[in-house]
Amino acid sequence: MIRLEAMTFGYPNTPPIFQDFDWQVLRGETWAVLGPSGCGKTTLLYLLSGLRVPIGGQILIDGQQLTRPRPHTGIILQDYGLLPWATVQANAGLGLSVRNFYGLDGKHTPQDYEPNTNVAPWLKRLGLVSVANKFPSQISGGQRQRTAIARTLALQPDILLMDEPFSSLDAVTRQDLQTLTLELCAEQSLTLVIVTHAIEEAVSLGRKILLLSQPPNRQPAIFDNPGAGQANYQHDNSYQLLCQRLRQEMESV
Amino acid sequence: MRKRDVFVAALALVVLWQVTALLVNRPILPTPLVVAQVFVHELGHGLLGHFFASLWRVVASMALAVILAVPVGLAIGQSKVLDRIFSPIIYLLYPIPKVVLVPIILVFLGVGDLAKITIIFLILFFQIVVLVRDQAANLPPQLILSLHSLGAGRRALFRFVYLPASLPAILTALRQSVGMAVALLYVAELFATQKGLGYYIYYNGSTLLNYPAMYAGVVAMSVLGLGLYFTVDWLERWLCPWQFVT
Repeated sequence: MIRLEAMTFGYPNTPPIFQDFDWQVLRGETWAVLGPSGCGKTTLLYLLSGLRVPIGGQILIDGQQLTRPRPHTGIILQDYGLLPWATVQANAGLGLSVRNFYGLDGKHTPQDYEPNTNVAPWLKRLGLVSVANKFPSQISGGQRQRTAIARTLALQPDILLMDEPFSSLDAVTRQDLQTLTLELCAEQSLTLVIVTHAIEEAVSLGRKILLLSQPPNRQPAIFDNPGAGQANYQHDNSYQLLCQRLRQEMESV
Repeated sequence: MRKRDVFVAALALVVLWQVTALLVNRPILPTPLVVAQVFVHELGHGLLGHFFASLWRVVASMALAVILAVPVGLAIGQSKVLDRIFSPIIYLLYPIPKVVLVPIILVFLGVGDLAKITIIFLILFFQIVVLVRDQAANLPPQLILSLHSLGAGRRALFRFVYLPASLPAILTALRQSVGMAVALLYVAELFATQKGLGYYIYYNGSTLLNYPAMYAGVVAMSVLGLGLYFTVDWLERWLCPWQFVT
């Protein structure tokens, strides 16, 4: 589904972060991208979302070269990017409002889009009905993250990209939302790429883990993790072993 | 700020005025009661017309300033190139006391309403441009990126981000400028007009020496300023409710 072919990217006047980087994500897979600060995790997510464009090589999604944000890719950024002046309901419907604003122009809106403003089912699914008329400043971090998820899923994406989505949440809310994210990905048949600096989170969520190191990243270091998402996986021996191995790998970088 | 506190403060000021008037005991400072009687009488004898002439000028200036300054502020705030070109110009023009331009504007634009509206407009214009520019320039990049990721291009960004984000800045600029605008209105109405509270106050005070009527004009001008201030406050509560939630 996602294919990086000899992709090279760097910000102006800095050494490249990715150099001739090849990587592939199949439809329906759940990936965690792990690495220390400054390794290019967030940049990779921006590249996958089309918010940044490679300076060499290419990114293909379903065989199409990616040159701008793609309507069927949903991305949730680190601080959720909610509009402070819009209610939870309006924020959840923001993506739909943007699409309705442009109409069926084929560029900002997918060809198969039917104008729609109803986010009620998503508010219900994500437990936001009671705070629908509140502003982001009035709700908890977990609820803000749920609002961002509702906003993204309302656009019916096939790829969901998340940048450190749970890093500022308390442990209970974090676990709760991790489970919810995996449930939603299964329900909606989403391909998930989640960026994190927390080893435990990567191992809990990603059936496959991409470990990035200090730039430039040339070869992807991939770890299979078939147990991710299973109940009580955290107490499993293979979970502990993988965490340990990833920690050693990260320390040796 | 509670309504009751404002009412008590107003009452205290009236009492202070009353006491001072009794102590001074000269025609130049009539008591609030005398002024109130004259105010009511004058309303039916021309004061209302002067009030509306002034109101029209200041509201027209505000509307014009918002319509012209907001797009300029937004454009400069979100474009580094435009910012580099125009910010130094604004930096030089902003601190010029616009009141010194009154004679020049009168010469260029004549004695009608346009000159007076332009004078007040100039004050408001720069204030709004500066505040809206800063607001637009300081929006978190994450907010812009997340809108881009939802498919928003430049037009949608203006509609969904820049415009609502600049609303508080517009209203703050208006609130900060209301006092100055009314002060300038007074100065502008001293020249070449027979309509407006500035003219009314000056004519009654300096020519007719009718001090109670002059004070009625001052009260009307205060009502105008306060009314505008409260209107901006109300607009802010109505248009920017997120700023008032806890």
